[in-house]
Amino acid sequence: MPTQTYVDRDVALDEEGFFTHPEQWTEEMAPKIAQQEGIPELTERHWQVIRFMRSEYFSKGSGPTVRVLGKTSGVPIKELYQLFPKGPAKIAAKIAGIPKPRGCI
Amino acid sequence: MILGGGTGGTLAANRLRRSFPGEELEITVVDGNDSHLYQPGLLFVPFGLAKPGDLIRPRHRQLNAGVAFHQSEIDRVDLDADTVFLADGSALGYDVLVVATGADLLLAETEGLTGPGWGQKVHTFYSLEGAAALATALARFEGGRLVVNMVDLPIKCPVAPLEFAFLADWYFHKRGIRDKVEITYVTSLDGAFTKAICNRELSGLLAEKGIEVVTEFNTGQVEGEAGRLVSYDERVVDFDLAVVVPLHGGASYVGRSPGLGDELGFVPTDEATLQSKARPNVFVIGDASDLRASKAGSVAHFQGDVLVHNIERFLADDVLDASFDGHTNCFIESGFGKALLIDFNYDVEPVSGHFPGRVGLPLLKESRLNHLGKLAFQSIYWHVLLPGRDIPLLDSAMPMAGKRLDSPVAESG
Repeated sequence: MPTQTYVDRDVALDEEGFFTHPEQWTEEMAPKIAQQEGIPELTERHWQVIRFMRSEYFSKGSGPTVRVLGKTSGVPIKELYQLFPKGPAKIAAKIAGIPKPRGCI
Repeated sequence: MILGGGTGGTLAANRLRRSFPGEELEITVVDGNDSHLYQPGLLFVPFGLAKPGDLIRPRHRQLNAGVAFHQSEIDRVDLDADTVFLADGSALGYDVLVVATGADLLLAETEGLTGPGWGQKVHTFYSLEGAAALATALARFEGGRLVVNMVDLPIKCPVAPLEFAFLADWYFHKRGIRDKVEITYVTSLDGAFTKAICNRELSGLLAEKGIEVVTEFNTGQVEGEAGRLVSYDERVVDFDLAVVVPLHGGASYVGRSPGLGDELGFVPTDEATLQSKARPNVFVIGDASDLRASKAGSVAHFQGDVLVHNIERFLADDVLDASFDGHTNCFIESGFGKALLIDFNYDVEPVSGHFPGRVGLPLLKESRLNHLGKLAFQSIYWHVLLPGRDIPLLDSAMPMAGKRLDSPVAESG
């Protein structure tokens, strides 16, 4: 299991770079992860999505898919793609320090 | 009270009637129409391999004697009052409610999908009318780019769009114009299928058949006349003919029933007991649930005995059995008279080997036998599955014998 150091703390990640232990995440880590994902600066809109991802994860056991995110986060899908161009659900989950959203089968 | 007279609702009603042959239990099935559609047959209609009329039978005729059928659309469920309000004005009280209303196609959720070009250059085979219209369009298609687009999960029968692409390859070969047709499979997923080993196998088949795959394409808009799919991140796929599997949601009354469904209209359900999370006296079977099992008839069938057993236990005030394991079994038609078979559950992804034991149908491998199995299933569906009988050698719990588990097991999608 790979580990990575963000703001002087070791965290456990899966092969794709998602946190396996969301409790290891702190808000200070988010901008660092975002930069790795090609997002130079996190705006308040980014944070709205990141906080929503975490609260969904802790209440439901999985982060939401893009479609659910568009319906429930208060940020429409089009804008989600502007905020997280490489795929909102995946990238926001990475930055929010939660496992890859399960999606469906 | 059973809402929905499709696969799950019908087999649940018939199994319940057999478990409670006396008058202590009154069973009513509610549905908005009396046409039971054999949905697995829709895939074959566009290629002239099935006739629309042969896929439909009356719903009420599939129900055992002693099951009432009430035909009306559903307005809403009042969970606090244990009452279902119907569009025909009646209000029906219940002791136990089974939600079996499946998944609906949400065509309007994708911008432009039903706009100009719909029914001409843009089609779906997920409805009977759609599949029939597509048969005409395919017969007239003389060449160009055919795009098969799975907009986003969850959908019914997640392998069906792939099967459509495989059959299209066969169909154009048969017509002698395969070299004039480009087939492109466009999916919101990051691969052809969500499960790693199966994805590898199916991706190989797609490549072999010369079907191009475009992944992580989240369709935001369909421009039918111009022949363009545009994704939310502004990528474009051009087409001459598009076959779109639209977004799905739960039945519309779920959204009008406070506390029953989630944001997509599916009903949050305990994945092992099939009891809803909304109320202890509400159970869910088939596509209507939010479970991470496939939305497929085989799942509803495997859920049937767990559901009925747990309703018995609920009525007797016993603790429910947490015994549904997510068992799913699907034939994947791959064209040229062959098919693959996959068998999996919540924890074990589709692997190779044989089903149901060390001797049997080959798993995750093309074979003629699997194709014959798929064709034979239509008769089993009407005569064994809907009546709620067990299918020999096909248990609710997924069999492990015959499965090759030495292949590396990757995480599920």
